[in-house]
Amino acid sequence: MKNKKIKLMQGNEACVEGALAAGMKFFAGYPITPSTEIAEISSLRLPRIGGKFIQMEDEIAGMAAVIGGSLAGLKSMTATSGPGFSLKQENLGYAVLAEVPCVVVNVQRGGPSTGLPTMPAQGDIMQAKWGTHGDHPVIALSPSSVRETFDLTVKAFNYAEKYRMPVILLTDEVIGHMREKIEIPDPDEIEIIDRLKPEKGLDEYKPYEIKEGQVAPEMAAYGEGYRFHVTGLIHDETGFPSNDSKVAGDLVNRLMKKIDDNIDDLTLYEEYKLDDADIAVISYGITARSAKSAVDMARAEGLKVGLFRPMIIWPFPEKQIAQLGKRVKNIITAEMNLGQYVLEVERVANKYTNITKCGKANGELITPDEILAKIKEVQ
Amino acid sequence: MTNTLIENNFRTNRLPHIWCSGCGHGIIMRAITKAVDELGYNKDDVCVVSGIGCSSRAPGYMDFNTFHTLHGRALAYATGVKMAKPELKVIVVTGDGDCAAIGGNHLIHSARRNIDITTIVFNNNIYGMTGGQYSPTTPTGDKGTTAPFGNIDKNFDLCKLVQGAGATYVARSTAYHVNMITQQVKTGLENKGFSFIEAVSICPTYYGRKNKKGDAVSMMNYLKTNAVNVKAADKLPKEKIQGKFLIGEFYKSQEPEYTEEYQKIIDSFQKER
Repeated sequence: MKNKKIKLMQGNEACVEGALAAGMKFFAGYPITPSTEIAEISSLRLPRIGGKFIQMEDEIAGMAAVIGGSLAGLKSMTATSGPGFSLKQENLGYAVLAEVPCVVVNVQRGGPSTGLPTMPAQGDIMQAKWGTHGDHPVIALSPSSVRETFDLTVKAFNYAEKYRMPVILLTDEVIGHMREKIEIPDPDEIEIIDRLKPEKGLDEYKPYEIKEGQVAPEMAAYGEGYRFHVTGLIHDETGFPSNDSKVAGDLVNRLMKKIDDNIDDLTLYEEYKLDDADIAVISYGITARSAKSAVDMARAEGLKVGLFRPMIIWPFPEKQIAQLGKRVKNIITAEMNLGQYVLEVERVANKYTNITKCGKANGELITPDEILAKIKEVQ
Repeated sequence: MTNTLIENNFRTNRLPHIWCSGCGHGIIMRAITKAVDELGYNKDDVCVVSGIGCSSRAPGYMDFNTFHTLHGRALAYATGVKMAKPELKVIVVTGDGDCAAIGGNHLIHSARRNIDITTIVFNNNIYGMTGGQYSPTTPTGDKGTTAPFGNIDKNFDLCKLVQGAGATYVARSTAYHVNMITQQVKTGLENKGFSFIEAVSICPTYYGRKNKKGDAVSMMNYLKTNAVNVKAADKLPKEKIQGKFLIGEFYKSQEPEYTEEYQKIIDSFQKER
């Protein structure tokens, strides 16, 4: 029998393990509670495998260096929390437009502003989607456990590489700091996706040309012989800037299509006791664990309740939520904010069912009892 | 006659450039490229990174690995590139607003790390791209579109700032002293560490017009007559250098370079195995 790698581990630690398993070779960041362990552990681990770590002078620089590192060929990650996530937004948009794969971890804490640095929140859900200016695609994942932090960090890298865009991992203070038993999978059990690279020795390499059947352009690295140009300006397939409205429209639409055309690949969720349910709780991240307990408590009292738990929160699982709306009499959206994801649930399912929000933003977790009370209220 | 420097080192299909007539930036861009050419570097090994502003459009014309990033952030992006691939010759092309205002933090910390990046600031004393606002290097009392009554800010001496922050090569030249730019960029590129070259440029369109400095020729004449070489300055009486500015090499030293120091940490684990 194989020696299983079972460990007691913190979510932030599992994030680094997942990143290393996915092939992270560069981390640039800035210390911020409650994400700092991700930087600390990266600084300890990366040089041992020939990777690089740098603590930059600020959050903005951390994000910028990650984009530079990725364009020079390394799988790159940064980690932050609320205030730092705000600071990274302009660079995040650059990575979207310039199509640079990277992973941005936001270990959410109470906000706004400096807020509650040591307490959890899920208040950056809409910021993850709309924080950087302009129309843009977003992929954001939200784990509910330490083990899932490992798995979704691997997925975050894979999506970043496959779709050539930044991917956001939204955890929170509790997931980040909580310790749980986890079994680290063997490397050969983990699917790893690497960016498509152009063939060597081409006469001409167009860094933003989409070939038949590709979801994102082939990506050369600086120093590999293709002297290409990268800019945050609207550009054509050669990479050079353009003011042409057709070029601009085509580019922004193509970026959005990466998500729209691959929505099945970018939908990941768990259904729990939903088969015969009259009431569905929609919840993600740490709050989904309280929701699951609440479902069990309600079931013990004979109430037909189930849980829908998206692990990929952006893109929004529209099709599934609409179907859910048709199946149940009530949806309760439980999240540690004053009503963010529920806005999307309402957009998609309001015409089919009653939607109730269950949320708070005081630095405390939502308890199973609070969700159970909401279930009884709507039932 | 074909110009081999241009043929060999520029993306000629991207020319002509967007700069105004009389602008000093084209001269500086050419001088930098000449330095790379004379050093005989393989173009594939050179990465030119810029931020936002007039100066930062230069890399688009230069036939290297080129990276036009965000306002102020060129050095932070360049640090990522250099960390990931230390074998690349990384050049940052920036402006006075880009590197001294919005990017000031990255400038001093890049210098402090002594990371092997050669930075050339095209200092035209104004925000040109946005139409003539005063910058951190606009001399006190001069005008900009946001300083209609004269600038009350004190202006930065960027060379002193960067030397104080830890750069290991610090020099200044001007768009008039074009061969000096090339020489300084060559020295900077060969210096293993953070090199900073302030290339004083001219902006007849905004800075010149706002401050009645005359046309491009008059502004070039100003650079010619008011720049004093630092080597000569010591021997000149004070009144001879009153109101003038210094050019030449201000500082050169050898200090541990950041990516080499990091590589030592990596190597220590290789030995462990």
